[in-house]
Amino acid sequence: MGCTCNSSDKEKLFCSGVLVDNRPGAVLPPQDAWEKKKGGYVIIECPQRIPCNPCATSCPTGAVVPFVDINDVPAIDYDKCTGCALCVAKCPGLACFVVDLTYGADEAVIKLPYELEPKPVKGARVKCLNRVGDEVSDGEVFAVTEPLKDHTTVVSVVIPKKLVGEIRAIKVVC
Amino acid sequence: MKKMIDTDLLVIGGGAAGLCAAAEAAGAGARVTVIESDLHAGGQLVKQTHKFFGSKDEYAGTRGFKIADILLDEINSLGDKVEIRTNTTVTGYYPEEGFFTAMKGEEEYYRIKAKKTVVATGAQERLIPFPNNDLPGVYGAGAVQTLMNVYGVVPGKKVLMVGAGNIGLIVSYQLRQAGVEIAAVVEAMPKVGGYWVHAAKIRRLGIPILLRHTIVEAFGDKVIEGAVIQELDDKFSLIGEPRTIECDVICMAVGLTPTTELFWQADARMLYCPQLCGHVPYRDETMRTSHPDIWVAGDASGIEEASAAMVEGRIAGHSAAKALGLPVREESFKEYWTRLDHLRAGEVGEKIRGGICQVLVDGWEA
Amino acid sequence: MELIQKHPILEFRHGNEVTFTFDGQEMKGFEGEPIAMALHANDVRIYRVTPEMKRPRGFFCAIGKCSSCFMVVDGVPNVRTCVTPLEPGMKVETQHGKGLVPLEAK
Repeated sequence: MGCTCNSSDKEKLFCSGVLVDNRPGAVLPPQDAWEKKKGGYVIIECPQRIPCNPCATSCPTGAVVPFVDINDVPAIDYDKCTGCALCVAKCPGLACFVVDLTYGADEAVIKLPYELEPKPVKGARVKCLNRVGDEVSDGEVFAVTEPLKDHTTVVSVVIPKKLVGEIRAIKVVC
Repeated sequence: MKKMIDTDLLVIGGGAAGLCAAAEAAGAGARVTVIESDLHAGGQLVKQTHKFFGSKDEYAGTRGFKIADILLDEINSLGDKVEIRTNTTVTGYYPEEGFFTAMKGEEEYYRIKAKKTVVATGAQERLIPFPNNDLPGVYGAGAVQTLMNVYGVVPGKKVLMVGAGNIGLIVSYQLRQAGVEIAAVVEAMPKVGGYWVHAAKIRRLGIPILLRHTIVEAFGDKVIEGAVIQELDDKFSLIGEPRTIECDVICMAVGLTPTTELFWQADARMLYCPQLCGHVPYRDETMRTSHPDIWVAGDASGIEEASAAMVEGRIAGHSAAKALGLPVREESFKEYWTRLDHLRAGEVGEKIRGGICQVLVDGWEA
Repeated sequence: MELIQKHPILEFRHGNEVTFTFDGQEMKGFEGEPIAMALHANDVRIYRVTPEMKRPRGFFCAIGKCSSCFMVVDGVPNVRTCVTPLEPGMKVETQHGKGLVPLEAK
């Protein structure tokens, strides 16, 4: 996110579905632990109170802190998150991402949900998109899985580490 | 000619609410007839490719069309208690004689006499006024879903979406899944009305959401060829330069209105309630209207999410079965209300809560 | 026909392919699916012409509630084509105005 926009522009962006700044229900993991965590940590971008809890109920380790009210925004217990990406496949809002910073010196892996055609294949080059759909880099598909066998694929993409806060989607180019 | 069908419980509408009402009542032992105007049961559920929100009680994380299958499986598992008549439209209620009339297809007519009735007729799409809004290519969002998600027909090459409530956002995503380009989503309000995550999911695919914008005109020779959009100020007056958008479909997702003709015919007490998007019947907490034998459930009781419609259907079916003298599990009623309260507790449920409190009565005089 | 070839979530199971006519022109569609859908797949978007202003109309709600898709089917006017299943050999015609009710029902 550039620094040229004033707060009202930022608010406008947020109101149209673009995450700006840290919000409750949408925070990045603690940097130190994150950098060392094999398998990565989950990032859930769900800043609005809505009646929805599958991220918490599907989490096998309790890392998405169990909700008191179904309208709670997700909170993460990073000690428990294994980066398994089950929530990535389960979340109805496609709002969960897992980012593993241990892949390489300048590269990270993001696991993101994908429900479009054409499906990517392992090894393919894809365009990486930011939160407004701009192509910000190329990426290489590292793995494609379908954890719940329900047509939501989880695509692992190798991306530039400096863009882990920006890249949230891919475009498959044939 | 004067064919008459007799049933314990008539459920009018085989969508999310109606199927749940039927399943619940049949589970208690009622003989149920479901009348569905479409060619198959499931209502709007069958058009939903996205995973539902809510909790696992409302099948959260399961795609809408799969939920329709789950409900139909539940009904089938109850043996022959429930008869579903598709391609059949209830055309009227005759209070003096106490029967409904229905037509199958366009030419076969009959009457239905029921001890109790749940009206779960759903809703119809709204349209907003602009020049040429009647040209072919201006489609309701539900119609676009029917085309592409039920029958696999490509709705068009490029779509302008009007409205960024949940339906506008979800259908934009579904259009992208069907391989259709979206020129833009325009929304007159200063923020998206639907769930923020639905907006985020189309934004990151590069679909622009233009807040404080509206459609001012459509154009085309016989069919839609484009639209003119323009920005609005905070008093909803047009400002800035009109912009031309090329598109062959203008998809209207500007809201729904409850389908309530039968309640009027039954002389049920009604209220115009903007939060519930139109005239709706007063109801007690069992979803019974002021007519002692008629219940309401789903969008016909006020526009809300399908997850809430399913719970309302359960409540109405439960209560109607009880009124038929059948044994019901009393605790279910409380559980259903707890679920409803949870579904309505969030920021997006605020409007619904404001509407419900106006039409919910403590009880009806015996 | 303009059909979705590959969908990430859905698999479409169509009925038998059958032949029908639209204003005398032969077209293909799927038996049991609504007439309006078959027409749209054949790129037909105008279903009727209004009585007074002679405005073209297509479908709008696709659930049998709005009257926009009325057509003349096998001689019967005001058929809701969005919820009427296609049958082999059906004669589908653009409806001009209110349509004439056939003197003898079939």
